[in-house]
Amino acid sequence: MNPDNLIKMANQIGAFFEAMPNREQAVRDIAAHIQRNWDPRMRVAMQQHISSTGGAGLTPMVKDAFRLV
Amino acid sequence: MNDIDYGTPAVVADREVTLNIDGVAVSVPAGTTVMRAAVQAGVMIPKLCATDTLEPFGSCRLCLVEIEGRRGYPSSCTTPAEAGMKVRTQSPKLADLRRNVMELYISDHPLDCLTCAANGNCELQTMAGTVGLREVRYGMAGANHFTDVKKDESNPYFTYDPGKCIVCNRCVRACEETQGTFALTISGRGFESRVSAGQSEDFMDSECVSCGACVNACPTATLMEKTVIAKGQAEHSVTTTCAYCGVGCGFKAEMQGSEVVRMVPWKDGRANEGHACVKGRFAWGYATHADRITKPMIRAKISDPWREVSWEEAIAHAASEFRRIQDKHGRNSIGALVSSRCTNEEDYLVQKLVRAAFGNNNVDTCARVCHSPTGYGLKQTLGESAGTQTFKSVEKADVIMVVGANPTDGHPVFASRMKRRLRAGAKLIVLDPREIDLVKSPHIRADYHLKLRPGTNVAVLTALAHVIVTEGLVDERFIAERCEAQAFADWREFVARPANSPEALEADSGVPAAEVRAAARLYATGGNAAIYYGLGVTEHSQGSTAVIAIANLAMATGNVGREGVGVNPLRGQNNVQGSCDMGSFPHELPGYRHVSDTITRELFEHAWNVSIQPEPGLRIPNMFEAALDGSFRALYCQGEDPVQSDPNTQHVQSALAAMECVVVQDLFLNETAKFAHVFLPGASFLEKDGTFTNAERRISRVRKVMAPLSGKADWEVTMALSNALGYPMHYEHPSQIMDEIARLTPTFAGVSFDKIDRLGSLQWPCNEHSPEGTPTMHVDSFVRGKGRFLITQYVPTDEKVTRKFPLLLTTGRVLSQYNVGAQTRRTENVRFYDEDRLEIHPHDAEERGIREGDWVGIQSRAGDTVLRAKITSRVQPGVVYTTFHFPESGANVITTDNSDWATNCPEYKVTAVELVRVDQPSEWQLRNAREDKKQKRLLIGAAAA
Repeated sequence: MNPDNLIKMANQIGAFFEAMPNREQAVRDIAAHIQRNWDPRMRVAMQQHISSTGGAGLTPMVKDAFRLV
Repeated sequence: MNDIDYGTPAVVADREVTLNIDGVAVSVPAGTTVMRAAVQAGVMIPKLCATDTLEPFGSCRLCLVEIEGRRGYPSSCTTPAEAGMKVRTQSPKLADLRRNVMELYISDHPLDCLTCAANGNCELQTMAGTVGLREVRYGMAGANHFTDVKKDESNPYFTYDPGKCIVCNRCVRACEETQGTFALTISGRGFESRVSAGQSEDFMDSECVSCGACVNACPTATLMEKTVIAKGQAEHSVTTTCAYCGVGCGFKAEMQGSEVVRMVPWKDGRANEGHACVKGRFAWGYATHADRITKPMIRAKISDPWREVSWEEAIAHAASEFRRIQDKHGRNSIGALVSSRCTNEEDYLVQKLVRAAFGNNNVDTCARVCHSPTGYGLKQTLGESAGTQTFKSVEKADVIMVVGANPTDGHPVFASRMKRRLRAGAKLIVLDPREIDLVKSPHIRADYHLKLRPGTNVAVLTALAHVIVTEGLVDERFIAERCEAQAFADWREFVARPANSPEALEADSGVPAAEVRAAARLYATGGNAAIYYGLGVTEHSQGSTAVIAIANLAMATGNVGREGVGVNPLRGQNNVQGSCDMGSFPHELPGYRHVSDTITRELFEHAWNVSIQPEPGLRIPNMFEAALDGSFRALYCQGEDPVQSDPNTQHVQSALAAMECVVVQDLFLNETAKFAHVFLPGASFLEKDGTFTNAERRISRVRKVMAPLSGKADWEVTMALSNALGYPMHYEHPSQIMDEIARLTPTFAGVSFDKIDRLGSLQWPCNEHSPEGTPTMHVDSFVRGKGRFLITQYVPTDEKVTRKFPLLLTTGRVLSQYNVGAQTRRTENVRFYDEDRLEIHPHDAEERGIREGDWVGIQSRAGDTVLRAKITSRVQPGVVYTTFHFPESGANVITTDNSDWATNCPEYKVTAVELVRVDQPSEWQLRNAREDKKQKRLLIGAAAA
């Protein structure tokens, strides 16, 4: 899966939840949204991207969220 | 075959009155006319100008009666029934009067009954017989007798013969009351009186929208369907449901054997109450169009000629290819797309096939690209992925807010209801970048048209909330009783921030702050307020956020849980709601239950005798991405055309070309079928049984009126494919599939074909708590318990205007065409709209030297195409607009991969573009035209191969 597209999608999800007042809850919500809606191969591709680049292109909250995915 | 005509509309009243008609006591709601009461008592009073779909008019003087204690002969259609009233409908004097009236009518009517198209179904003829007309003392020299009065045959679907007009005004009233277009009038005086379209123009040149209400209302052959003129009167009828938009109108298919003579809107259909539009009423000829492909075909490569084969061979080939690919690339390497045009039962079967026979969750529906954000947003806030009301609810709305929808074109029959309410005084707020017809139409003016820039829905909706919160317009009691306190407090603090004020967001949205403030005050304080929204809300990168913002507004003002209010998504296709209900999304089983939910999964696993994967599958755009990286290799595509309908056409084409096996099941060789290896002929809605669920959650029956042209209904094809894959499916009728759905889905627990047949239709949830369905949702509490506010931070789309792409393109549809046009392009509807045009504001056109009708090159980051220009101030400067009904237009060549954050619904509504005047089609269009010819050539000789 094209990591650039996945990064964009993940950051968009992050942008919605970033506005929530409780950061910890927002991170959990981002993770839950990805867990519940992304096909496993998309999650694996993103985890590989994070492993190889440290999560280049991802917002900090999204990076935190992928620790929970 | 004809329904009983009660003469005047039903009345709803708190009390009843009892009167006596011809010695029979009858009780009716107060305010009911004597005519209607008589019909209820079994007494048919002669009539011509009265019909129960129109308000009483009292002009024909045939329905005169005698009322004890009253002088004269009042018309029964305009006289309200009163308690104790004694009515006589038959007397020698009444008979004389009626014969005299009929004699006058007939004195000026051509007596060509034997060759008249209405013969056998003519109210004038019937009334002449009823009153015993035996002579016409005025001779046969009436101005219209057998003279060559010019017929207007300009409309493709009906004719207007002024010579047969009895000036009953039914057509004029139908155009006004039922349709709300006001295209017809009576011109001339005395014997010269005639129905006239517009300023005495032909129907085609007038404001007429060809809804057929006038034809339906006409008691003679003055307005007559051309199909009836050609074929004669029908001999039986079958009640069914339209397969076009999400209104889901009930129709009576009037038949001669297995041939449709005409489609007549069903008076008892609760979605439409006897009304129709130009698509459902007339544009059904595609079902027997010569382009239909009715034999299965296969080919090894997409560059090979097609070869017609037996059903058995085609199914076996598809199944073996699917298994071969799974053996080689894993079980998650294949998937399916289901269509929101197919029935609930067909959608259910395809997702079952994927989950049970394919063994994965790679199933998605074309609802992905229209209303998936509705499912997400409403589930998160209200607890159920569906609209809250009935269509009829609009009759009790005091304020109507239309957001990103164009009901007069997209949902015309509901629009007529809405317009009736607006003419009666309801206030109107429109949020749309474009001046849709509703903003200014006969006797209707929007109180506020918030002409926002494409992509700024969330900014404006949040600004509306800001006004409601900061000006103390919140329904505090509703919130305290019905909503989660902490979530509301967080939301209140968020929307009250200065950054969310109309003034702060004005620069982004382009909407003057004062207008936003005034509209918010009206919505919050104007009485019952209802929001209706469409794809102009969902098809954005923040589509789900906008749906949430709409739900927030409704909760904040207490506008949920009763008639006249609510959150009402106007669904694009006939069965968008149903396809979503049926578990067609890759993460949800039927009834919107997540695949990770062990209890639900075990329920289905036990019923289906398989193991179901607990992880979500691929969505449509993810399938295309995965195809390009090689992990997704085969697709079963039923009734869907992603090449034309999905964004970034070239990306979709590349993905399909990369697949090893594409199986398309459709009526026609659509754009996607050009990339297919197996073609399985589909069945139109006239050829199968099942149900559709419309935008108000109403489940209605689709009934077979003719045998499938290919020999198989779509559900039978899916079943055969499943059996060939080794997963047995055995249903003898779609009713058995619905029984299975009811067993496994709590919201459908009480649904059965028998019950729908008995009730006419029903709205889910339908279970032990509401055995006859649920018209209004969230009445005492929300489905999720407490309503949940969510913060809606405005995040501008990535699709921004730049020096290179300075304009924003937005897309939509027109009344006469439907989505990708596969059906409507194969009807006479092309006479109303035969090509997609690009609407440009005069200022933008002048800057670029573009004149009306010029070819215009449109370039975006995704691609470019060429359309002809239509210069209009309907669009605002900086915004251009087009439709996507014709494949050669390539409208989706220019739309981008941007999509909704939560659901991946494409952002069709915002594409940054630049225009330039050109003199030839784009490179893509030229290439596509060549490819189209090539693919059509590959069909030649398929039968002999």
